[in-house]
Amino acid sequence: MNKILVIAEHMAGVVNTSTHKSVACALLIPDAEVDVAVLAADDKAAMHAAKLAGVKSVINVTRNEFTEFVASTAAPAIAELAANYTHVFAPSTTFGKDVLPRVAALLGVGQLSDIMIVNGSHSFVRPIYAGNALVHIDADPAKKLLATVRIASFQPVTETGDATIETANITASLPTHTRFVERSSADNAGPDLQSATRVVSGGRALGSAENFQLIYKLAKQLGAAVGASRAAVDAGYAANDLQVGQTGKIIAPDLYIAVGISGAIQHLTGIKDARTIVAINKDSEAPIFEVADIGLVGDLFTLLPELQKQLGG
Amino acid sequence: MSKILVCIKRVVDYNVRIRVKPDGSGVITDNVKMGINPFDEIALEEALRLKERGVASEVVVVSIGPAETQQQLRTALAMGADRALLVEHAYAIEPLTAARVFLKLVEKEAPLLVITGKQAIDDDNGQTGQMLAALWDRPQACFASKVEINGNIAKVTREVDAGLETLELDLPAVITTDLRLNEPRYVKLPEIMKAKKKPLETLTLDALGITASKQFNVTKVTPPPVKQKGVMVKDVTELVATLKQMGSL
Ligand SMILES: Cc1cc2nc3c(=O)[nH]c(=O)nc-3n(C[C@H](O)[C@H](O)[C@H](O)COP(=O)(O)OP(=O)(O)OC[C@H]3O[C@@H](n4cnc5c(N)ncnc54)[C@H](O)[C@@H]3O)c2cc1C
Ligand SMILES: Nc1ncnc2c1ncn2[C@@H]1O[C@H](COP(=O)(O)O)[C@@H](O)[C@H]1O
Repeated sequence: MNKILVIAEHMAGVVNTSTHKSVACALLIPDAEVDVAVLAADDKAAMHAAKLAGVKSVINVTRNEFTEFVASTAAPAIAELAANYTHVFAPSTTFGKDVLPRVAALLGVGQLSDIMIVNGSHSFVRPIYAGNALVHIDADPAKKLLATVRIASFQPVTETGDATIETANITASLPTHTRFVERSSADNAGPDLQSATRVVSGGRALGSAENFQLIYKLAKQLGAAVGASRAAVDAGYAANDLQVGQTGKIIAPDLYIAVGISGAIQHLTGIKDARTIVAINKDSEAPIFEVADIGLVGDLFTLLPELQKQLGG
Repeated sequence: MSKILVCIKRVVDYNVRIRVKPDGSGVITDNVKMGINPFDEIALEEALRLKERGVASEVVVVSIGPAETQQQLRTALAMGADRALLVEHAYAIEPLTAARVFLKLVEKEAPLLVITGKQAIDDDNGQTGQMLAALWDRPQACFASKVEINGNIAKVTREVDAGLETLELDLPAVITTDLRLNEPRYVKLPEIMKAKKKPLETLTLDALGITASKQFNVTKVTPPPVKQKGVMVKDVTELVATLKQMGSL
């Protein structure tokens, strides 16, 4: 019997879809029982987590220290919870990437990052070199297996479950050397980039923050989330949390429209799982056309307004 | 005064489009251009700026890798690092082993700060900094885009999925870098000459009393699935029609 603990990512009492997807991945482990751990200041997120289909129990740890999640503070608590499990999973978002390696080291074990395929209880596939190669890995079954889950590779479980909620007390002392100060989010109207079914992204070619509004307009018309290349973020046209790619977000929308983006490998890593990729670029040699399902060569400043018009805006 | 330790990994240059060996035993790295992991270059730049601001007195670059890693360490010295430590090891190691090695170096050097990249762009693990922080029992701030140091406290802004988050850390601590932290300086020719005289010490895992543990066995390496070739459309009308036909609109 494999016992898997998924560490929930949540904010303001709501469990993030990355958790639903991590649970989906955990359920692919043969002969598995899946629990979800919620570290929070109150019970709200735990009640939400109890709805995730396939989850047996929610392990609820409520402490004031978890009002804001700080990896250095929470890691000893997670390491303590891990004692009863053969596997510990967390989403490969900035949340999971931050905390899970710390938990692994506290437990004296290694960790797999970004698992995308489950081939067995200790057999996985993950990408390396920005997704240009896939490694097939057999992990030592004698050791606890910690892994982050590449969320673009899994469909979220539904919220039709009814898990029991168990209260867990932590005896480990939690360090106070790392303190949360503040969080600022750009006010991104529209759907969330990581779970949107449609995404419109803009690159350096937009040329200014004002011009980047063209991307917002098209996105709004399509009910899409907005994304950006690193060059567009660096130049200040778009907020950092909109960056798509190796060091930004890895996404898997049904439709991805890349406007004025050249298609550097680091950007392509982020969109490999998109079902349909549309590229608009004035350079017919741009590498983005190698991965695009539909390519259109031309100047975005004439094409975008035309596209909007034809879509009925 | 205080020291900053920067971890520098030798990796395949980020512009190289890596290919998988036909027999599935790995990726082709023969005659491929190598360089400093881009995030580590940013880590070094940040350390150098902190030194220039008077926050630190010495910047030590450390690496685990084959003998050729001396090239990357010399470049780091030319950028402005004061000295280098190379733990010579011909084979790839898992991040937990790397963290254990770095802990040994940390115990020797007692730095105020360790800066690593947020991930090495070869294996894309993104673990070593956090593991080191855990083993060292010190704070971590990952994906840093801004670092301020005031006495024994660091204030670090991090790029997280929700936007930007700021943490306050008691030093010593580990910081891992994100891309927007800074833009690394170019190396000037005279600096390359000078760097040849800077100290570069070589150690081994054995000498540090570390055995490389192995939890993960790579059975094969395969190329990612190839995408079907797409279509080119001539104008917006055709684009919209094609999208509708594919059921995407
Ligand atoms: C370690 C590392 C990690 C990275 N991570 C990421 C990442 O996560 N995400 C990411 O995006 N990048 C990342 N990058 C950067 C990446 O290598 C590219 O530099 C970046 O993606 C380029 O952005 P761009 O396509 O917008 O700009 P450019 O490469 O400058 O492309 C602009 C494109 O716009 C086209 N264009 C110009 N004018 C017009 C017009 N009027 N109409 C239509 N088309 C036009 C041009 O033909 C060109 O193809 C990373 C780099 C490194 C080294
Ligand atoms: N062998 C190594 N030599 C030097 N630094 C390393 C090594 N392995 C990892 N690091 C550091 O740890 C960071 C994260 O690496 P990784 O966990 O392998 O993705 C890198 O950006 C480096 O700063």
